[in-house]
Amino acid sequence: MADHAHAHDSAHAEGHDHDEHPVDNFWTKYIFSTDHKMIAKQFLITGMFMGLIGVFMSMLFRLQLAWPGESFPILETFLGKWAPDGVLDPNMYLALVTIHGTIMVFFVLTAGLSGTFSNLLIPLQIGARDMASGFLNMISYWLFAASSVVMLTSLFVETGPASGGWTVYPPLSALPQAMPGSGAGMTLWLVSMTLFVGGSLIGSLNYIVTVINLRTKGMTMTRLPLTIWAFLVTAILGVLSFPVLLSAALLLIFDRSMGTSFYLSDIMVAGELLSNQGGSPILYEHLFWFLGHPEVYIILLPALGITSEVIATNSRKPIFGYRAMIGSILAIAFLSFIVWGHHMFITGMNPFLGSVFTFTTLLIAIPSAVKAFNYITTLWKGNIQYTPAMLFSIALVSTFVAGGLTGIILGDSALDINVHDTYFVVAHFHIVMGLSAIFGMFAGVYHWFPKMYGRMMNKTMGYLHFWISFVTAYGVFFPMHFTGLAGLPRRYYSSAEFPIFDELHDINVIITFFAIGGGIAQLIFIFNFFYSMWRGPKAPQNPWRSNTLEWTAPVEHMHGNWPGAIPEVQRWPYDYSKPGYEEDFVPQDVPIKEGEHAH
Amino acid sequence: MTGIITIVVLVLAVITALQLMRVFELSSKARKQVEYEVTDRDNNYQGWLMLLFGIALIVSLFWMLYAWLPVTLPKPSSEHGVEIDSLFKISMWVIIAMFLLVQPVLFYFAWRYRGSKDRKAGYYEHNNRLEFIWTIVPAIILAVLIIYGMTTWSNVMSPNNEKEPIVVEVYAQQFKWTIRYAGEDNKLGYANVRLIKDANVVGVDTLDLLSADDKITSEIHLPVGRPVLFRFRSQDVIHSAYMPHFRAQMNCVPGMTTQFQFTPSVTTADIRQDANVQAKVARINALRTEKGLESYAYDYLLLCNKVCGSAHYNMQMNIVVESEEEYAKWLAEQKTIAETL
Repeated sequence: MADHAHAHDSAHAEGHDHDEHPVDNFWTKYIFSTDHKMIAKQFLITGMFMGLIGVFMSMLFRLQLAWPGESFPILETFLGKWAPDGVLDPNMYLALVTIHGTIMVFFVLTAGLSGTFSNLLIPLQIGARDMASGFLNMISYWLFAASSVVMLTSLFVETGPASGGWTVYPPLSALPQAMPGSGAGMTLWLVSMTLFVGGSLIGSLNYIVTVINLRTKGMTMTRLPLTIWAFLVTAILGVLSFPVLLSAALLLIFDRSMGTSFYLSDIMVAGELLSNQGGSPILYEHLFWFLGHPEVYIILLPALGITSEVIATNSRKPIFGYRAMIGSILAIAFLSFIVWGHHMFITGMNPFLGSVFTFTTLLIAIPSAVKAFNYITTLWKGNIQYTPAMLFSIALVSTFVAGGLTGIILGDSALDINVHDTYFVVAHFHIVMGLSAIFGMFAGVYHWFPKMYGRMMNKTMGYLHFWISFVTAYGVFFPMHFTGLAGLPRRYYSSAEFPIFDELHDINVIITFFAIGGGIAQLIFIFNFFYSMWRGPKAPQNPWRSNTLEWTAPVEHMHGNWPGAIPEVQRWPYDYSKPGYEEDFVPQDVPIKEGEHAH
Repeated sequence: MTGIITIVVLVLAVITALQLMRVFELSSKARKQVEYEVTDRDNNYQGWLMLLFGIALIVSLFWMLYAWLPVTLPKPSSEHGVEIDSLFKISMWVIIAMFLLVQPVLFYFAWRYRGSKDRKAGYYEHNNRLEFIWTIVPAIILAVLIIYGMTTWSNVMSPNNEKEPIVVEVYAQQFKWTIRYAGEDNKLGYANVRLIKDANVVGVDTLDLLSADDKITSEIHLPVGRPVLFRFRSQDVIHSAYMPHFRAQMNCVPGMTTQFQFTPSVTTADIRQDANVQAKVARINALRTEKGLESYAYDYLLLCNKVCGSAHYNMQMNIVVESEEEYAKWLAEQKTIAETL
């Protein structure tokens, strides 16, 4: 079956014979599938499951943050010995924020977002039968699944899961004597991330090769939907940056288990003088953030690509500035490699380096602004159809602007001195990742659910889910700017030890209420998703009246995507409301009329 | 028992939702309506909600600024802090202006162009002049912020030293700070964790002549108006010396010494007289009295700002800024290394 992933030119694709596929059994259809559509759904379900765990963790630790030291029976129910008498243990607090961050950044917003939509859309939107290698694609999912299992297992070890923050800086993460979570829990974290990086790299390679080699006839690079541009560039970012995280993790494994001193020097911990000499924790920080910064764009670019598609389709207008959008994706990708030092302004690195990184970081605001303005101009004079996906896409633009603007403060080294590692930072990255990127993911799910499951999600529940999420989202993270500017550090188990933070109590309570409300509202989405999967109304071929090729494939999934020849592309994907056509959309495989101006 | 009831409630809630869905499906069938299609009515409704949300967003921003700006840090108590706060204020004006420009337009368009079947959207693919404008204008604004920011950073990192700074070592460990003054010679003696033994808690090399007059203290006192060069060490893991009132922060990294210099400009006594600070203290003490906690007078703080383990949240030390005479008096009372080790 994997053989069918050879480069098939459309020229001899007519009547491509799929009798060669043996009939699927339960295992080859649902578990060990090499079909990109099934793998996409596997990524999505796993990502959603991990996301629920991540959200639940945040609700637990927000209880402690709003009411420090108070007893909550629910904490003891779920955390057992880690919440004696209902009061969260400080080590478990750090463990919760660590695993929350790790799960959300990697398992939900990287694998859950890229893994789902790159897999679902790349072959369908470029006009290919499947990914270049269905087998490698399957491996990439199972590596992700394995890494998820290992990460969840780490929650149950006796000394607790990794607790040094999702960034797990050594020496804290290298020394089990420094904190319990740096014992077995940290080992499992490293194993999990090694598997994760492996799966991510294999997936990314597949995406790149597929987009470059397997486009159907007429699908030139400048006729690709912006989703594909985003997924392609994201995959390139991943291939170049994830190996560096792997190297950081490997050196950490060596320091932990083989007596090396890559990150360790001159340390006395828990009364014991260590023999390590010559290493530097700053090395880890450079290696980590060399991935860490591109990583946030690996998270954001697919969401932005999805937004381009959803906003254009639902405004019934071309995306404004298609080439500028491509250019800005490329500019953001390039710049993302030279800004990582802005996470390290106060590590004690050479101040000149700080200046360089301030310069490059503020530059990245320019292509980001271009994208925001292009989205807004796409809405102008549009005929907006308010599907739930469209609502989430507009919310993405709003949160992207809000979060991006505070990046201008944080990227300025002199200003970062006082806000680094405070709640100001927490507000910024949650608004761009926890809001923008997640909204992009929701938009993608609502928009392509008919393609994935052949049924429609419930519109009313979608509206309800959206509005509660949007309001609570801002309600949680806007106030954090102020607690940050009051000097409240992040990763603090309690602010009650400092009288100056006493007046922040009310703000913390408000944040927690919004967080709990927002968290519970996600259940509406979960219910809608699973209910519609079984009992939603059957989807028509092209429910959103969209131009892209995935809607020309039959509703009922088949290996090879199209029953006959793959459609040939005649035009770009954004001919919505084009003068000269009665319908307000013109799919990509419709030939150019005589005298028509083609984009 | 609560657990069982919770589970029962959840199961009933799901069953209720399922039944509601059945009612919804049947009523849609009866009305012969395609449930999932977005109608003009939907577009109108959602469009208006978007406009309302946009207004609420802007209003809530102003409300939050009004309600919560007072809890943010008071005026800076260091010389470079004044420059940093100026840069901060200007940057905040710029980003708030951008926010107030862009968000209303977004939500206005979301309302104004809500769809209906009797309209058709315009077909505009691109406009290179517009792209140029909204590339160049942010670029210019950012260029200004970059130059201003880099200059400020350079001033903070390389202060010109008219007066020789007092050298003070801040030694971080899980979970406390130890301070070592450089003494009369203003030079710190060599120290390393390998030399930690019994009472020699920071590992000072007692054979190094420079260390004889060093003084180890459990509080930080600084004379107002004199530059102080902090040198940071860590015993075990990365910590961060965060002194927010002075707009100062620097990681304490095991295996290296980092540093940060600033000049405190407002004494502890004076900051306690500041009107803004007095209002803060009043609010804080009102809350504390409610809880039966002892009352509080405003203090400068050193706190840890890089996660370092279980008690990361309670690694703090007071900083007292006082007059030259008070400082000299306090310092004279502290014992030297020669005396104690």
